[in-house]
Amino acid sequence: MADLPRPYNDLLDRYGPHLSYEPPGGYSEQRANPPDRLVKTHCCFCGQQCGIQLKVRGNEVVGFEPWEEFPFNQGMLCPKGVRRYLQSAHPDRLLDPLLRTPEGFKTATWDESLDFTVRRLREIQEKHGKDAVAIYGGASLTSEKSYLLGKFARVALGTRHIDYNGRLCMVSAGTAYKLAFGVDRSPNPWADIPKAQVIFVIGANIAECAPITTQYIWRCRDAGGRLIVADPRMTPITRNADLYLPLRPGTDLALLMGMLHVVLRDNLQDQDFIAAHTSGFEQVAESVRAWDPERAARITGVPPEAIEKAAHWIAEAERAITLHARGLEHQSKGVENCLAVINLSLATGNIGREGAGCMMVTGQGNGQGGREHGQKCDQLPGQRSISDPAAREHVAKVWGITPEEIPQAGLSAVEIMEAIHRGEIKALLSICFNPLVSLPDAHYVREALSKLEFFGVVDFFLSETAHHADVVLAGSLQEEEEGIVCSAEGRVIHIQKAVDPPGNAWTDSRIYIELARRLGKEKYFPYTSSRQIYDELREASRGGHADYSGITYEKIDQNMGVFWPCPDVPGGDHPGTPRLFEGGRFFHPDGKARFVVTDWRESGDPIAEDFPIFLTTGRVVSQYLSGTQTRRIGPLVDQFPGPRVEIHPRLAQEHGIVDGDPVTVTTRRDAMTVPALVVRTIRPDTVFIAYHWPGNRSANKLTHRTLDPRSKIPEFKVSACRIEKAPGSGLRVVR
Amino acid sequence: MFGYEFYIDPERCIGCQACINACAECDTHRGVPMITVDFLDRANSIATVPAICMHCDDPTCAEVCPADAIKKGEDGVVQSALKPRCVACNNCVLACPFGIPKMMTKLELMMKCDMCYDRTSVGKRPMCATVCPSQALAYVTPETIARERREKPVNVFRFGNETVTTKVFMMVPPGETAVTVDVVDFMWETPETPETWR
Repeated sequence: MADLPRPYNDLLDRYGPHLSYEPPGGYSEQRANPPDRLVKTHCCFCGQQCGIQLKVRGNEVVGFEPWEEFPFNQGMLCPKGVRRYLQSAHPDRLLDPLLRTPEGFKTATWDESLDFTVRRLREIQEKHGKDAVAIYGGASLTSEKSYLLGKFARVALGTRHIDYNGRLCMVSAGTAYKLAFGVDRSPNPWADIPKAQVIFVIGANIAECAPITTQYIWRCRDAGGRLIVADPRMTPITRNADLYLPLRPGTDLALLMGMLHVVLRDNLQDQDFIAAHTSGFEQVAESVRAWDPERAARITGVPPEAIEKAAHWIAEAERAITLHARGLEHQSKGVENCLAVINLSLATGNIGREGAGCMMVTGQGNGQGGREHGQKCDQLPGQRSISDPAAREHVAKVWGITPEEIPQAGLSAVEIMEAIHRGEIKALLSICFNPLVSLPDAHYVREALSKLEFFGVVDFFLSETAHHADVVLAGSLQEEEEGIVCSAEGRVIHIQKAVDPPGNAWTDSRIYIELARRLGKEKYFPYTSSRQIYDELREASRGGHADYSGITYEKIDQNMGVFWPCPDVPGGDHPGTPRLFEGGRFFHPDGKARFVVTDWRESGDPIAEDFPIFLTTGRVVSQYLSGTQTRRIGPLVDQFPGPRVEIHPRLAQEHGIVDGDPVTVTTRRDAMTVPALVVRTIRPDTVFIAYHWPGNRSANKLTHRTLDPRSKIPEFKVSACRIEKAPGSGLRVVR
Repeated sequence: MFGYEFYIDPERCIGCQACINACAECDTHRGVPMITVDFLDRANSIATVPAICMHCDDPTCAEVCPADAIKKGEDGVVQSALKPRCVACNNCVLACPFGIPKMMTKLELMMKCDMCYDRTSVGKRPMCATVCPSQALAYVTPETIARERREKPVNVFRFGNETVTTKVFMMVPPGETAVTVDVVDFMWETPETPETWR
């Protein structure tokens, strides 16, 4: 819907974000009326999925207690985990479905809102075809919900267009790992990190986006390991880097090819490993021949000596691990970047051993599990390709339909927005996704929303995107429905239900099951519990790469998580697979890993005379993604109230900017004005803005829609901009 | 917790403030954190440092308190000021060599870290050290710290002529035996030094 049903500020007054600072009843109530139970579960935020105990009183989450026995984090938490409980019992919580009326949103019954949703979806599909409806999912959903959503799209609606906000997270790494290794998962468990002799962190702000991983890296250094960090900014872990490579945004590929050049030039490759366990080495060796350190240095802005040193440290170590995240992956060559990391690991034999490997640091809560079981546009459960006839046959059998009834691959998240613009997609049903804040080119997204004939949202808070909805179905928080997720290290863990959804809110699963029933597809959705959905997921995954068939809720609880693949072997005692590729066995049919050639090319938004500065975006430690949850938690907002633009003093001086000055940052899309943070911890040719906020404070007004051709990830990390000091000496913060 | 000690290693700190948030969630002080994390010099560095009460063996804060409101327990933990006694005079705030005590003006009460007395007395680790994702704040046994860290713990601090020993340890490079902050401690002085040079 084009216009908001009420003025923006009216919606903010009614639906927030308001700030929650204290547990229900306040801190004094905690003492007077202690919690009646502790629920061992996991944090709802990032891909680390730290173990945590929630304090529960009646049907309310009222606090937290560290869970020191859970092996991954041993009680450690970041500020988001500590304060996550404040999202429960929050005054902004949606307690009823909402229907849009000319007077604004009005509270509706479930019958009204579900019937309206189904009627509109049917009308649009009858008029424009099944694929005129698209589904957006979220990577914070449990695997059961993700599986259900994938089945709902393909079986209940029959549309091929379902994709999810993991498209903004792991898809470049996932695509690269599948190409090279035949499977999409971090090959090593986190326990391997302290065992390495060299850790190479490239494009990963570990301290702020995966804080718990810091201790793993520090333990490696405690044991004498060396740390290399490549980033345009000195992120907090850089304080202890033994070698810092301050590369220009978007030049990771040049750095990595330069490093591989040095390894091969100096004959430091692991020839035996290459010969026995890989294919394609010669072509890759040829492709990096022209990438001498001087050429790499000219592009990256990193000294050639530092490139040589990094290459030597990694190649000469017995065990080296590379950690990478969105800095590497959020580029129009994100897949090539990851492939270049893999090429370096394979060439030096750093894979499939304790303390040796390359690891993607998944960012979203169930980023790993969410994509494995069916809400990714090209995958069926078990990490199966939707175009693979055998996969279609297996899944169709589990679903009780014919393989022909399963639609083919649909469009990815950003492409769905483009199809809405073109008028091909007319209706969108979105769960747990706030594209107005999280997708690039926010203006373009707002325009797309205005072209929809129907927009339905399932969520627990009214996000900025949900402001544009025709119907909002009040769904559930993570702590309100049982399920499993898969953490960044491939560990499948158990999310416990701590409380029931409050008011008239429903669990997400119930909403989809009820929609399916009203679409006349109830026989395919007969579930009455998360366990039933999970048992079907296990069957659907059986024999796939992400085989969960041997993982039960009970087995997870007994073992504090189980790493997939874990097939259902006789006796039920498969221990799971913490480390992949041991003995050099990869998941391709020939058992070998593939070197894949990478080509250098410019960013999709290149630097030019009128846009001479790099803009890169990212996160801060106290906020999570589009902030739908964390912008409502008072202490987390106080810690980082709004975006600032980080500028090096040399660049600031050129523009007469001092710390705190309002600065207008302009790209080829739009402009925004934010206060300056003048610091020596960023390259002078680069500025940085965190992206968690909406409206005038949205860094994604500035970013562009260039996608990686294979992974379809947007290039958030590289835009071209110019800056100027804005009039005025201070900046009013606008919500 | 018997046999456990508190160790601070600022070099590990990533400035995430999990400690501040967790401290505020401790049942005893209801939303008010007793720990600070500061950038040393944000314009020039990302380095941050956490500060908690060092729990001095001979606490200056207690010595200068005119109301005898600050008590040290047998376990070596120096407690926050006692509400019925504290006169909010700020002597402790001014006298502490580490700059830890904070005057809660609204409450007319000095409050500071009491090493999670309610937790440690029942076998739990202090909130901040439990959650700290970099273990810049650690509450472990001396054997663990000796086994796992390259840096060495010291609890002797020299401020010019004054030496302070503390219950809490600071991790320093191997070979150091004390944290020395005053240039005087590095000087060579004799009574014969000419007056004009002093």
